[in-house]
Order: sequence, then C-alpha cells, then structure tokens
Amino acid sequence: MKTRKSKSFSANFITYAMVIIAFLLCELALSGAIPGFKMSRSLKGQLVPICVYIVMAVSLNLTVGISGELSLGHAGFMSVGAFSGILVSQWLLSAFPESNLELVRLLAALATGGVVAAIAGVLIGIPVLRLRGDYLAIVTLAFGEIIRNLLNCVYFSFEGASLNFSFLDPNLPGDIVVNGPMGAIGVKKLASFEAGFILVLFTLVVVLNLINSRSGRAIMAIRDNRIAAESVGINVTKYRMLAFVISAALAGMAGALYGLNYSTVQAAKFKFDTSILVLVFVVLGGIGNIRGSIIAATVLTILPEMLREFGNYRMLIYAIVLIVVMLVTNNPMLKSTLDSLKGKIFKKSVKEGDKA
Amino acid sequence: MTQKYKREPVKMVPAPSHGILPERDVLSRPVLETRNLGIDFGGLHAVEDFNLVIGKTEIAGLIGPNGAGKTTVFNLLTKVYQPTMGTILINGRDTAGMNTVQANKLGIARTFQNIRLFGNMSVEDNVRIGLHNQITYSTASGIFRLPAFWKGEHEQHERALDLLSIFDMQDLADHQAGSLPYGAQRRLEIVRALATNPSLLLLDEPAAGMNPHETEELMENIAKIRDKFKIAVMLIEHDMNLVMGICEGICVLNYGRVIAKGTPEEIQNNPIVIEAYLGKRKEG
Repeated sequence: MKTRKSKSFSANFITYAMVIIAFLLCELALSGAIPGFKMSRSLKGQLVPICVYIVMAVSLNLTVGISGELSLGHAGFMSVGAFSGILVSQWLLSAFPESNLELVRLLAALATGGVVAAIAGVLIGIPVLRLRGDYLAIVTLAFGEIIRNLLNCVYFSFEGASLNFSFLDPNLPGDIVVNGPMGAIGVKKLASFEAGFILVLFTLVVVLNLINSRSGRAIMAIRDNRIAAESVGINVTKYRMLAFVISAALAGMAGALYGLNYSTVQAAKFKFDTSILVLVFVVLGGIGNIRGSIIAATVLTILPEMLREFGNYRMLIYAIVLIVVMLVTNNPMLKSTLDSLKGKIFKKSVKEGDKA
Repeated sequence: MTQKYKREPVKMVPAPSHGILPERDVLSRPVLETRNLGIDFGGLHAVEDFNLVIGKTEIAGLIGPNGAGKTTVFNLLTKVYQPTMGTILINGRDTAGMNTVQANKLGIARTFQNIRLFGNMSVEDNVRIGLHNQITYSTASGIFRLPAFWKGEHEQHERALDLLSIFDMQDLADHQAGSLPYGAQRRLEIVRALATNPSLLLLDEPAAGMNPHETEELMENIAKIRDKFKIAVMLIEHDMNLVMGICEGICVLNYGRVIAKGTPEEIQNNPIVIEAYLGKRKEG
C-alpha cells in the first residue's frame, strides 16, 4: 500500500519538479545569468503562449484522457475565457482609471474567464454529454464553431463604469472594446511569464489532485467500464459533467491569459485549428499522460519558431517531426526493446545494490 | 459440504395477487420481492411472470438452461433494463422508474458474467470505487487536499483492506486488477460489490472458470459473507455442486418462465426440471 501511494506521489513530484526547474532555468536565461546563452526575442515572445498551451493541453487531457470523451471544441472555451477576461480587465481599467491594480485586474480576468467558461461548459455539456464517442466529438466541434461565430458578432463598449453591449450592431457609444470580427482591441497587456507559470502550477494541482481522489477515480471508472461504474452507484452524468466543466474552466483561464498577452485578439484565433493543435499535444504526449502533455505542448510550440531558418519548408519539417514521433512512440518493437533495456539496467543496479 | 450449509427451508412464498404488501413479521420481511415481473424485447417475452421473494439472509439460486433469461432477471433487478411488466420491491420499496445507481443505493449490488473490473487500476482502487457512496468527501476537498480528503482516503484504505481480507487478497492490493488470475478477478468483483454495502448481493456465475478447489472455497466464502454481513445472496450458476450445496431456495427458469421453485431436494427430484435440462425421454 505504502508503495502505491508513494508511487503516485513520486510521479506527481517529478512532474511538479520538472515544471519548476524549467521555469527557474527560463528565468535565469531571461536575466542573462547563464553565460553564452541568450534567449532570442521570438522565444521570449513564446513564453506566455507556451504556458497557455500547457494549460490547454493538460485540461484537454482531463476530458480526452481521464474522462475518455473526445472533445474537438476546446478552443471554444478558450475564446470564451479570453473575451470575458479581457472585458473584465478592461472594465476595471475604465472604471477605476487612476488606481494601479494590475495584479487585481489579472486575477479578476483569470477568475472571470474560468467561471464564464465553466458556465459555457455546463450549458454545452448538458446536450453534448448525452452522446458518446464520435457523435460527441462532432457536436463539440460544432459548438466550438458556434462560439467562435457568435463572438464574431458581439460588440462591447465602455462609458466610464457602464458597459454597452450589442449584437451585430457596431454603433455603440463610448470606447469600443470588442469590435465584432475585429476582436478585442486596445487590450492592456497584463500577462507575464510568471503569471503563466503560476497558472500552469494551479492547473497541475487541480488536475493531478483530482485524478488521485474519489471523484477522479469515479471519472476513470466511468471511462473504463460504464456499466460496472453504474452498478456500484457512481452517478455517471454527474462525473462526466464534472470532468467536462473543470476542463472547460481551466481552458477559460488559459484563454484569459492568452487574451491579455496581446493588444488585439480576434475570435478567428480560436478556430478549429487551435482545438486540433491542442489535441495533437495531448495525443503526442500520450492520452491520459499529464507529463507528456506538458512536454508535447512545450516542444511543439517552440518547434515552429526553431524551424524558422528553414523558411518555406518549416511546416513540412514540423509535419515530418510529428509523424516520426508518432511512429516511434507507437512502435511496439521499439517499446519492447526499450523496456528490456530498462529491465537490464534496473537488474544491474539491483545486483550492484546486492553486492554493496 | 451439503450438510454444513443446510438451513431452514426457503421462504419463496408466492407473490400476493394485488397491491399491498402482505403482513409479515418485521424480521422476515423480504429483502427482494418481485411481482409478475417481465420484459419484452420487441414482442419476444424474455422474462415473464417472474415472482420471487427472498428473505433477509437467504442464499437463493437462479438456474436454468442457457438462454433461459437468468441474466436478464439480474439486469431487471439492477435496473439495467426497465421492466415492461410487474414490480420490483427492494426492502419493501418500489423501484419503478429508478436507474441502476438508485437501485444500488437501495441495496442491490451485483457481479457480472463477463468480468467488468476496472482493469487498468489497482485492486485496491477497484474496491475504493465500490466504496464511492460509502465513504465520501467533496470534490473540492479532493482537489485542494483539505482534511476531509485525508480522513476519507484513510478510511477508504482501511475499509478496502478489510473487505479484501474476506478473500485473503490484502497482499494483492497493489496489483493491477486486469493482471490477476481469473478466479481472483471474480473474487475481486464480489468484494467490489460488497463494498457498496448491499442488502442483496447478486452473483452472476461466480464460479465460472474456477477449479473445483476454488469453487469449494467460494462456497465457504459466500456463506461466510452472508453470516458476516447479514445479507441475502442470489446467484446464477451452472455448477450444480455449488448451487445444491449452499442455496436454501432455488428457482428454475426456462424460456423466461419460472418452471420450478423449492429446496435443492425438491428441485433435484422435480421431473419438469429434469426435462428442461435433459430433454424428454423418447416415447416408444
């Protein structure tokens, strides 16, 4: 028993340690403390998106890997979070212009993004979670597109502390903040790498702790065998919904951070491609494997930047790398070779331990 | 063996024709009572006129040739199927319109003919999932590791090992459930069902795939479970040694209808049952 608990504990510990060390290294590199290594400008610009995509990948892994529902509309929740987060932070700025409450605005934006995305998750979850398998994937895809298209038609403006809203009508009094297809404009940039890091840690705490708790076991039980889970009295609808909503809320928070990282954000940024991109992170990192999602999200966000020197062949190489990694990680021969190698090394160390 | 578990004759009283529960001694109020239970699958009467009463601490057997509708009865009792006819009373409460989860909370737990364990999880986690509604704490205290989480987890761990000790499986707690041998998987399913604190345990072919020695052990354990937890057990089984050895009442199904009910002796000597199993002697 002790071994089991410590096993999951040490696995989680490695994940946390990995993230924290990576963060510290990045901070050192940013401050120029590492001689001979200077972070390029484009890489610096990627730091917040990397954090955002890690949160997106981990949260999608909760739906796809832990709960076992293929969701293709994850970017929809991200966009809901982004726009509500921007609205709140800009409203706070417009209502209390003289106060300098950057941290409060950021936290309020993240919290609002999470809450609004969670509400969207509940509303979408009610019809969607009646479905299973491919049908669920198709409907989530459609919902992602519906959210994006709706956000293309909303207009918001501020007059001091009052908020004006219109649908399809761009003529609003006051300072316009969300301008239909032009997206949110004049956003005051609030996101920072440190905030992103904290959000990643928060996400990891939520997801990893959830998995290793009563509710997480119920969610995985439903994934593994729905009929058996029902027979032991697990409320299937409740726990599928729980996983879906937590995943949506985390995506909303990631979206809020993403939105506050740019001065303009269009709804078109959260199209189907983004959902698929995040799904690629999850699949490449291993379905249900949280640590893998983090690594895949990081590598695949940096990779296109690193490949810039290849010019036009950039995406071609990106695709080849994806295919090769998929083939290699799913190769049973290679896996068994690696496993036997691992076994040999392990045995050796045991023997050596015996000798000593 | 047969003598060891002999008890007073079964109380498979015929179901009352209509309405109200007949007056009975509180102690002997049945844990399960079905009246004219039946289900149609598009005109096919899979189960018809199924009347059965099971006492509080009775071990009842449900036997019949293949395709007789035994598992369908289990699915009706656990509300996997909604009956098209008749009523099911669990501890005197009507289960009409309930789902599987609610039926489980009323006190019915089951195992499956084709094992349905959570194969990727550890043995202990399987039992903990069974304890889901018994030892609870909120999702929030799980996520933020509040004191309720630690207390609940500790209790779950203790209870899970306690339950596993029925079958001497404490040492297997860390093993992956799917990697256990077949017999152990069946036992684990029973433990998981027991974890939900049922008043009626339904076992669907618990001895399938077990060797005679394991079957004998299982018989002892089923009796032990009944005595320890004071629950009723109903089992579907093809192993007649087991059925005749521990069941106090046996109900025989054929083509969805009850063809005989009674004690093991009565069933063994019942010509209709013999005919259903072995066929009719050719005349002339």
